[in-house]
Amino acid sequence: MMDHQEVQELLPAYADQELGIVETLEIERHLESCADCQREYAAQRIVSARFKKDASYFEAPAHLTQRIMDALPQDEPGTRFWQRSWSFNWRNAGAALAAMLALAWSVGLYLNLPSDQDKLTDEVVASHVRSLQVDHLSDVVSTDQHTVKPWFNGKLNFSPPVVDLAAQGFPLTGGRLDYLGGRPVAALVYRHAQHPINLYVWPTTERDVAPQLQNRQGYHLVRWTWDGMNYWAVSDLAARDLEQFGGMVRSMVRQ
Amino acid sequence: MPHLNSAFNLACWLTHNHQDAEDVVQEAYLRAFRFFDGFHGEDGRAWLLTIVRNTFYSWYQERQKLRQETAFDEQLHQAGAGDSVGQMPPDNNPEALLISKDSERQLQQALQALPLEFREVMVMRELEELSYKQIAGIVGIPIGTVMSRLGRGRKLLAAILAPDTAPQER
Repeated sequence: MMDHQEVQELLPAYADQELGIVETLEIERHLESCADCQREYAAQRIVSARFKKDASYFEAPAHLTQRIMDALPQDEPGTRFWQRSWSFNWRNAGAALAAMLALAWSVGLYLNLPSDQDKLTDEVVASHVRSLQVDHLSDVVSTDQHTVKPWFNGKLNFSPPVVDLAAQGFPLTGGRLDYLGGRPVAALVYRHAQHPINLYVWPTTERDVAPQLQNRQGYHLVRWTWDGMNYWAVSDLAARDLEQFGGMVRSMVRQ
Repeated sequence: MPHLNSAFNLACWLTHNHQDAEDVVQEAYLRAFRFFDGFHGEDGRAWLLTIVRNTFYSWYQERQKLRQETAFDEQLHQAGAGDSVGQMPPDNNPEALLISKDSERQLQQALQALPLEFREVMVMRELEELSYKQIAGIVGIPIGTVMSRLGRGRKLLAAILAPDTAPQER
Protein backbone atom coordinates (compact mmCIF):
# COMPACT_ATOMS: atom_id res chain seq x y z
CA MET A 1 0.00 0.00 0.00
CA MET A 2 1.43 3.36 -0.97
CA ASP A 3 1.68 6.09 1.59
CA HIS A 4 0.76 9.71 0.98
CA GLN A 5 4.32 10.76 0.20
CA GLU A 6 4.77 8.06 -2.45
CA VAL A 7 1.49 9.01 -4.09
CA GLN A 8 2.53 12.66 -4.17
CA GLU A 9 5.76 11.73 -5.89
CA LEU A 10 4.02 9.59 -8.49
CA LEU A 11 1.27 12.10 -9.33
CA PRO A 12 3.08 13.63 -12.34
CA ALA A 13 3.44 10.19 -13.92
CA TYR A 14 -0.17 9.38 -13.01
CA ALA A 15 -1.32 12.59 -14.73
CA ASP A 16 0.71 11.58 -17.77
CA GLN A 17 -0.69 8.03 -17.79
CA GLU A 18 2.81 6.65 -17.55
CA LEU A 19 2.20 4.26 -14.64
CA GLY A 20 1.42 0.57 -14.67
CA ILE A 21 -2.05 -0.64 -13.84
CA VAL A 22 -1.18 -1.60 -10.27
CA GLU A 23 0.24 1.80 -9.34
CA THR A 24 -2.59 3.53 -11.21
CA LEU A 25 -5.22 1.66 -9.20
CA GLU A 26 -3.44 2.35 -5.92
CA ILE A 27 -3.29 6.04 -6.67
CA GLU A 28 -6.93 6.12 -7.72
CA ARG A 29 -7.85 4.54 -4.41
CA HIS A 30 -5.76 7.05 -2.48
CA LEU A 31 -7.16 10.01 -4.45
CA GLU A 32 -10.71 9.15 -3.45
CA SER A 33 -10.00 10.12 0.12
CA CYS A 34 -7.15 12.65 -0.06
CA ALA A 35 -8.05 16.26 -0.86
CA ASP A 36 -4.39 17.29 -0.90
CA CYS A 37 -3.49 14.83 -3.62
CA GLN A 38 -6.64 15.69 -5.57
CA ARG A 39 -5.55 19.33 -5.63
CA GLU A 40 -2.02 18.44 -6.64
CA TYR A 41 -3.25 16.12 -9.39
CA ALA A 42 -5.61 18.80 -10.71
CA ALA A 43 -2.78 21.35 -10.65
CA GLN A 44 -0.53 19.03 -12.67
CA ARG A 45 -3.27 18.47 -15.23
CA ILE A 46 -4.10 22.17 -15.54
CA VAL A 47 -0.52 23.29 -16.16
CA SER A 48 0.03 20.44 -18.58
CA ALA A 49 -3.14 21.29 -20.54
CA ARG A 50 -2.28 24.97 -20.60
CA PHE A 51 1.21 24.20 -21.85
CA LYS A 52 -0.18 22.09 -24.67
CA LYS A 53 -2.70 24.75 -25.57
CA ASP A 54 -0.68 27.94 -25.26
CA ALA A 55 2.98 27.14 -25.78
CA SER A 56 4.25 27.93 -29.28
CA TYR A 57 5.33 25.12 -31.54
CA PHE A 58 8.13 26.53 -33.67
CA GLU A 59 7.97 25.13 -37.17
CA ALA A 60 11.22 25.00 -39.09
CA PRO A 61 11.49 27.77 -41.69
CA ALA A 62 11.44 26.64 -45.31
CA HIS A 63 15.00 27.76 -46.02
CA LEU A 64 16.50 25.62 -43.25
CA THR A 65 16.49 22.43 -45.30
CA GLN A 66 18.39 24.12 -48.11
CA ARG A 67 20.79 25.67 -45.63
CA ILE A 68 21.64 22.29 -44.12
CA MET A 69 22.04 20.68 -47.52
CA ASP A 70 24.42 23.44 -48.58
CA ALA A 71 26.46 22.92 -45.43
CA LEU A 72 26.92 19.19 -45.96
CA PRO A 73 30.56 18.39 -46.75
CA GLN A 74 31.27 18.80 -50.46
CA ASP A 75 34.69 17.17 -50.75
CA GLU A 76 34.03 13.69 -49.42
CA PRO A 77 33.61 10.95 -51.98
CA GLY A 78 30.03 10.02 -52.49
CA THR A 79 28.71 13.26 -51.07
CA ARG A 80 26.65 14.02 -54.12
CA PHE A 81 24.98 10.70 -53.79
CA TRP A 82 24.31 11.36 -50.12
CA GLN A 83 22.87 14.75 -50.75
CA ARG A 84 20.50 13.29 -53.27
CA SER A 85 19.35 10.68 -50.81
CA TRP A 86 19.20 13.15 -47.98
CA SER A 87 17.06 15.59 -49.92
CA PHE A 88 14.72 12.78 -50.74
CA ASN A 89 13.99 11.59 -47.26
CA TRP A 90 15.39 9.85 -44.22
CA ARG A 91 14.02 6.48 -45.16
CA ASN A 92 15.80 6.46 -48.48
CA ALA A 93 19.04 7.55 -46.87
CA GLY A 94 18.56 4.78 -44.34
CA ALA A 95 17.82 2.23 -47.02
CA ALA A 96 20.84 3.26 -49.06
CA LEU A 97 23.10 3.07 -46.06
CA ALA A 98 21.52 -0.21 -45.07
CA ALA A 99 22.37 -1.66 -48.44
CA MET A 100 26.00 -0.72 -47.94
CA LEU A 101 26.12 -1.99 -44.39
CA ALA A 102 24.44 -5.18 -45.36
CA LEU A 103 26.96 -5.82 -48.09
CA ALA A 104 29.85 -4.95 -45.84
CA TRP A 105 28.80 -6.72 -42.69
CA SER A 106 25.65 -8.67 -42.35
CA VAL A 107 22.27 -9.16 -43.81
CA GLY A 108 20.78 -9.15 -40.33
CA LEU A 109 21.25 -5.42 -39.94
CA TYR A 110 19.11 -4.80 -42.94
CA LEU A 111 16.09 -6.31 -41.26
CA ASN A 112 16.03 -3.50 -38.70
CA LEU A 113 15.76 -0.68 -41.14
CA PRO A 114 12.79 1.47 -41.99
CA SER A 115 12.14 0.13 -45.45
CA ASP A 116 11.24 -3.23 -43.93
CA GLN A 117 9.14 -1.54 -41.28
CA ASP A 118 7.36 0.19 -44.12
CA LYS A 119 6.60 -3.04 -45.89
CA LEU A 120 5.40 -4.54 -42.64
CA THR A 121 3.13 -1.54 -42.03
CA ASP A 122 1.53 -2.13 -45.42
CA GLU A 123 1.12 -5.79 -44.61
CA VAL A 124 -0.48 -5.08 -41.24
CA VAL A 125 -2.97 -2.66 -42.77
CA ALA A 126 -3.74 -5.11 -45.58
CA SER A 127 -4.27 -7.88 -43.07
CA HIS A 128 -6.52 -5.68 -40.95
CA VAL A 129 -8.65 -4.74 -43.95
CA ARG A 130 -8.83 -8.34 -45.15
CA SER A 131 -9.94 -9.51 -41.73
CA LEU A 132 -12.89 -7.09 -41.91
CA GLN A 133 -14.02 -8.16 -45.35
CA VAL A 134 -15.78 -11.51 -45.37
CA ASP A 135 -16.54 -12.25 -41.79
CA HIS A 136 -13.02 -13.41 -41.21
CA LEU A 137 -12.32 -11.37 -38.13
CA SER A 138 -12.17 -14.22 -35.63
CA ASP A 139 -11.48 -17.93 -35.77
CA VAL A 140 -12.21 -18.30 -32.10
CA VAL A 141 -15.11 -16.13 -31.01
CA SER A 142 -15.00 -15.46 -27.32
CA THR A 143 -14.90 -12.58 -24.90
CA ASP A 144 -13.00 -14.71 -22.40
CA GLN A 145 -9.23 -14.42 -22.34
CA HIS A 146 -9.07 -17.91 -20.84
CA THR A 147 -10.75 -19.31 -23.95
CA VAL A 148 -8.84 -17.24 -26.49
CA LYS A 149 -5.35 -17.82 -25.09
CA PRO A 150 -5.45 -21.64 -25.00
CA TRP A 151 -6.95 -21.66 -28.48
CA PHE A 152 -3.51 -20.66 -29.80
CA ASN A 153 -1.90 -23.72 -28.21
CA GLY A 154 -0.27 -25.87 -30.83
CA LYS A 155 -1.13 -23.39 -33.56
CA LEU A 156 1.79 -21.10 -32.79
CA ASN A 157 5.24 -21.79 -31.39
CA PHE A 158 4.80 -19.07 -28.78
CA SER A 159 2.15 -18.04 -26.29
CA PRO A 160 0.77 -14.55 -26.92
CA PRO A 161 -0.28 -12.53 -23.85
CA VAL A 162 -4.06 -12.09 -23.89
CA VAL A 163 -5.47 -9.38 -21.65
CA ASP A 164 -9.03 -8.51 -20.76
CA LEU A 165 -9.89 -4.83 -21.22
CA ALA A 166 -13.69 -5.04 -21.12
CA ALA A 167 -13.82 -2.92 -17.97
CA GLN A 168 -11.85 -0.21 -19.74
CA GLY A 169 -14.23 -0.13 -22.72
CA PHE A 170 -12.23 -2.35 -25.05
CA PRO A 171 -13.87 -5.79 -24.88
CA LEU A 172 -12.05 -8.75 -26.37
CA THR A 173 -14.14 -10.36 -29.09
CA GLY A 174 -11.93 -13.15 -30.33
CA GLY A 175 -8.70 -14.18 -31.97
CA ARG A 176 -7.33 -15.79 -35.10
CA LEU A 177 -4.12 -16.87 -36.73
CA ASP A 178 -2.62 -14.53 -39.27
CA TYR A 179 0.53 -14.33 -41.33
CA LEU A 180 2.81 -11.29 -41.32
CA GLY A 181 6.39 -10.66 -42.38
CA GLY A 182 6.77 -14.29 -43.42
CA ARG A 183 5.69 -15.84 -40.16
CA PRO A 184 2.49 -16.89 -38.38
CA VAL A 185 1.32 -14.39 -35.78
CA ALA A 186 -1.45 -14.14 -33.20
CA ALA A 187 -4.22 -11.67 -34.01
CA LEU A 188 -6.34 -10.63 -31.04
CA VAL A 189 -9.56 -8.84 -31.83
CA TYR A 190 -10.90 -6.10 -29.59
CA ARG A 191 -13.73 -3.71 -30.11
CA HIS A 192 -14.36 -0.15 -29.02
CA ALA A 193 -17.76 1.38 -29.82
CA GLN A 194 -18.21 -0.74 -32.98
CA HIS A 195 -14.65 -0.12 -34.16
CA PRO A 196 -12.71 -3.38 -34.43
CA ILE A 197 -9.09 -3.35 -33.32
CA ASN A 198 -6.63 -5.99 -34.48
CA LEU A 199 -3.73 -6.53 -32.10
CA TYR A 200 -0.98 -8.56 -33.75
CA VAL A 201 1.56 -10.24 -31.50
CA TRP A 202 4.65 -12.21 -32.38
CA PRO A 203 8.06 -12.87 -30.83
CA THR A 204 11.20 -10.96 -31.73
CA THR A 205 14.81 -10.87 -30.64
CA GLU A 206 15.00 -7.10 -30.90
CA ARG A 207 15.28 -4.81 -27.91
CA ASP A 208 12.34 -2.88 -26.44
CA VAL A 209 10.94 -0.01 -28.47
CA ALA A 210 8.56 2.63 -27.14
CA PRO A 211 5.13 2.92 -28.80
CA GLN A 212 5.03 4.70 -32.12
CA LEU A 213 1.96 5.95 -33.89
CA GLN A 214 1.56 5.80 -37.64
CA ASN A 215 -1.15 6.56 -40.15
CA ARG A 216 -1.62 4.51 -43.26
CA GLN A 217 -4.54 4.69 -45.67
CA GLY A 218 -6.77 6.27 -43.06
CA TYR A 219 -5.99 3.65 -40.43
CA HIS A 220 -4.03 4.29 -37.31
CA LEU A 221 -1.32 1.96 -36.12
CA VAL A 222 0.46 1.81 -32.79
CA ARG A 223 3.39 -0.53 -32.51
CA TRP A 224 5.89 -1.29 -29.81
CA THR A 225 8.28 -3.99 -28.71
CA TRP A 226 8.41 -5.24 -25.18
CA ASP A 227 10.05 -8.18 -23.50
CA GLY A 228 10.75 -10.07 -26.70
CA MET A 229 7.36 -9.54 -28.33
CA ASN A 230 6.30 -7.25 -31.17
CA TYR A 231 2.88 -5.64 -30.79
CA TRP A 232 1.00 -3.93 -33.60
CA ALA A 233 -2.43 -2.47 -32.95
CA VAL A 234 -4.38 -1.27 -35.98
CA SER A 235 -7.83 0.25 -36.22
CA ASP A 236 -9.94 3.02 -37.70
CA LEU A 237 -10.27 4.42 -34.17
CA ALA A 238 -9.10 7.96 -33.45
CA ALA A 239 -5.35 8.08 -32.84
CA ARG A 240 -5.83 9.08 -29.22
CA ASP A 241 -8.17 6.16 -28.49
CA LEU A 242 -5.83 3.69 -30.12
CA GLU A 243 -2.88 5.04 -28.15
CA GLN A 244 -4.92 4.70 -25.01
CA PHE A 245 -5.68 1.12 -25.96
CA GLY A 246 -1.98 0.46 -26.53
CA GLY A 247 -1.16 2.02 -23.17
CA MET A 248 -3.60 -0.24 -21.38
CA VAL A 249 -2.37 -3.36 -23.10
CA ARG A 250 1.18 -2.43 -22.17
CA SER A 251 0.38 -1.84 -18.52
CA MET A 252 -1.64 -5.07 -18.29
CA VAL A 253 1.04 -7.15 -19.98
CA ARG A 254 3.67 -5.82 -17.59
CA GLN A 255 1.82 -7.03 -14.54
CA MET B 1 14.64 16.55 -44.05
CA PRO B 2 13.41 14.13 -41.37
CA HIS B 3 12.06 15.41 -38.04
CA LEU B 4 13.15 18.95 -38.88
CA ASN B 5 10.18 20.56 -37.13
CA SER B 6 10.78 18.62 -33.92
CA ALA B 7 14.46 19.50 -34.02
CA PHE B 8 13.80 23.17 -34.68
CA ASN B 9 11.09 23.42 -32.04
CA LEU B 10 13.34 21.97 -29.35
CA ALA B 11 16.26 24.18 -30.43
CA CYS B 12 14.07 27.29 -30.28
CA TRP B 13 12.93 26.44 -26.78
CA LEU B 14 16.51 25.87 -25.67
CA THR B 15 18.13 28.88 -27.34
CA HIS B 16 15.23 31.39 -27.17
CA ASN B 17 16.25 32.70 -30.52
CA HIS B 18 15.38 31.62 -34.06
CA GLN B 19 18.76 32.46 -35.54
CA ASP B 20 20.65 30.54 -32.86
CA ALA B 21 18.17 27.67 -33.18
CA GLU B 22 18.90 27.46 -36.91
CA ASP B 23 22.63 27.32 -36.20
CA VAL B 24 22.18 24.57 -33.61
CA VAL B 25 19.88 22.54 -35.86
CA GLN B 26 22.25 22.84 -38.80
CA GLU B 27 25.20 21.69 -36.69
CA ALA B 28 23.09 18.85 -35.26
CA TYR B 29 22.11 17.60 -38.72
CA LEU B 30 25.71 17.69 -39.85
CA ARG B 31 26.62 15.59 -36.83
CA ALA B 32 23.70 13.26 -37.50
CA PHE B 33 24.93 12.91 -41.06
CA ARG B 34 28.43 12.03 -39.84
CA PHE B 35 27.26 9.55 -37.24
CA PHE B 36 24.35 8.01 -39.06
CA ASP B 37 26.05 4.65 -39.45
CA GLY B 38 26.20 4.44 -35.65
CA PHE B 39 22.42 4.47 -35.53
CA HIS B 40 20.71 1.09 -35.67
CA GLY B 41 17.57 1.81 -33.69
CA GLU B 42 14.11 2.57 -34.89
CA ASP B 43 13.37 5.75 -33.00
CA GLY B 44 14.96 8.22 -35.39
CA ARG B 45 13.27 11.21 -33.85
CA ALA B 46 14.57 10.51 -30.32
CA TRP B 47 18.04 9.88 -31.75
CA LEU B 48 17.98 13.17 -33.60
CA LEU B 49 16.65 15.12 -30.62
CA THR B 50 19.49 13.70 -28.52
CA ILE B 51 21.93 15.13 -31.02
CA VAL B 52 20.12 18.48 -31.11
CA ARG B 53 20.25 18.65 -27.33
CA ASN B 54 23.93 17.71 -27.13
CA THR B 55 24.75 20.19 -29.86
CA PHE B 56 22.89 22.88 -27.97
CA TYR B 57 24.80 22.21 -24.76
CA SER B 58 28.20 22.36 -26.50
CA TRP B 59 27.13 25.54 -28.25
CA TYR B 60 25.91 26.98 -24.97
CA GLN B 61 29.13 26.12 -23.19
CA GLU B 62 31.18 27.63 -25.98
CA ARG B 63 29.15 30.77 -25.83
CA GLN B 64 29.55 31.07 -22.08
CA LYS B 65 33.31 30.77 -22.48
CA LEU B 66 33.32 33.46 -25.16
CA ARG B 67 31.52 35.74 -22.81
CA GLN B 68 34.32 35.13 -20.33
CA GLU B 69 31.84 34.08 -17.79
CA THR B 70 31.97 30.94 -15.72
CA ALA B 71 31.66 27.84 -17.80
CA PHE B 72 28.42 25.92 -17.86
CA ASP B 73 27.91 24.53 -14.41
CA GLU B 74 25.34 21.88 -13.68
CA GLN B 75 25.10 22.98 -10.05
CA LEU B 76 24.38 26.52 -11.06
CA HIS B 77 21.46 25.25 -13.07
CA GLN B 78 20.30 22.88 -10.40
CA ALA B 79 20.02 25.87 -8.14
CA GLY B 80 17.87 27.49 -10.79
CA ALA B 81 20.05 30.56 -10.77
CA GLY B 82 19.85 33.05 -13.60
CA ASP B 83 19.71 30.61 -16.44
CA SER B 84 19.21 32.11 -19.81
CA VAL B 85 16.60 34.75 -19.27
CA GLY B 86 18.87 37.58 -18.38
CA GLN B 87 21.52 36.67 -20.94
CA MET B 88 19.36 35.84 -23.88
CA PRO B 89 16.44 38.14 -24.33
CA PRO B 90 13.50 36.55 -26.12
CA ASP B 91 12.62 37.64 -29.61
CA ASN B 92 9.70 39.61 -28.32
CA ASN B 93 10.03 42.78 -26.36
CA PRO B 94 9.89 41.81 -22.67
CA GLU B 95 7.99 44.93 -21.71
CA ALA B 96 5.32 44.18 -24.23
CA LEU B 97 5.12 40.71 -22.76
CA LEU B 98 4.75 42.05 -19.25
CA ILE B 99 1.93 44.35 -20.16
CA SER B 100 0.12 41.77 -22.21
CA LYS B 101 -2.63 39.91 -20.44
CA ASP B 102 -2.81 37.46 -23.24
CA SER B 103 -2.66 33.94 -21.80
CA GLU B 104 -0.41 32.66 -24.56
CA ARG B 105 2.16 35.37 -24.00
CA GLN B 106 2.04 34.97 -20.24
CA LEU B 107 2.79 31.30 -20.59
CA GLN B 108 5.51 31.93 -23.12
CA GLN B 109 7.17 34.37 -20.78
CA ALA B 110 6.79 32.12 -17.76
CA LEU B 111 8.43 29.33 -19.70
CA GLN B 112 11.35 31.46 -20.63
CA ALA B 113 11.89 32.12 -16.96
CA LEU B 114 12.02 28.40 -16.24
CA PRO B 115 15.46 26.82 -15.78
CA LEU B 116 16.67 24.85 -18.80
CA GLU B 117 16.54 21.44 -17.18
CA PHE B 118 12.80 21.80 -16.52
CA ARG B 119 12.00 23.53 -19.78
CA GLU B 120 13.55 20.84 -21.93
CA VAL B 121 11.68 17.91 -20.38
CA MET B 122 8.41 19.85 -20.48
CA VAL B 123 8.80 20.73 -24.15
CA MET B 124 9.62 17.11 -24.96
CA ARG B 125 6.62 15.87 -23.03
CA GLU B 126 3.89 18.40 -23.81
CA LEU B 127 4.83 19.51 -27.31
CA GLU B 128 6.65 16.50 -28.72
CA GLU B 129 4.57 14.00 -26.72
CA LEU B 130 7.54 11.76 -26.05
CA SER B 131 7.26 9.02 -23.44
CA TYR B 132 9.15 9.20 -20.14
CA LYS B 133 11.40 6.45 -21.43
CA GLN B 134 12.25 8.35 -24.59
CA ILE B 135 12.92 11.55 -22.63
CA ALA B 136 15.10 9.65 -20.16
CA GLY B 137 17.12 8.36 -23.11
CA ILE B 138 17.50 11.78 -24.72
CA VAL B 139 18.44 13.68 -21.56
CA GLY B 140 20.45 10.79 -20.11
CA ILE B 141 18.69 10.64 -16.73
CA PRO B 142 16.61 7.93 -15.01
CA ILE B 143 12.87 7.76 -15.71
CA GLY B 144 12.19 8.72 -12.08
CA THR B 145 14.13 11.94 -12.59
CA VAL B 146 12.10 12.69 -15.72
CA MET B 147 8.98 12.34 -13.59
CA SER B 148 10.22 14.57 -10.79
CA ARG B 149 11.49 17.24 -13.20
CA LEU B 150 8.13 17.33 -14.96
CA GLY B 151 6.29 17.51 -11.64
CA ARG B 152 8.55 20.19 -10.26
CA GLY B 153 8.61 22.11 -13.55
CA ARG B 154 4.83 22.26 -13.62
CA LYS B 155 4.77 23.50 -10.04
CA LEU B 156 7.33 26.18 -10.85
CA LEU B 157 5.36 27.21 -13.90
CA ALA B 158 2.14 27.41 -11.90
CA ALA B 159 3.94 29.55 -9.33
CA ILE B 160 5.29 31.92 -11.98
CA LEU B 161 1.91 32.18 -13.67
CA ALA B 162 0.00 32.84 -10.46
CA PRO B 163 2.41 34.51 -8.03
CA ASP B 164 -0.47 35.69 -5.84
CA THR B 165 -1.65 32.24 -4.95
CA ALA B 166 1.69 30.48 -4.77
CA PRO B 167 5.07 31.76 -3.67
CA GLN B 168 7.66 32.02 -6.43
CA GLU B 169 10.52 29.63 -6.09
CA ARG B 170 13.17 31.84 -7.51
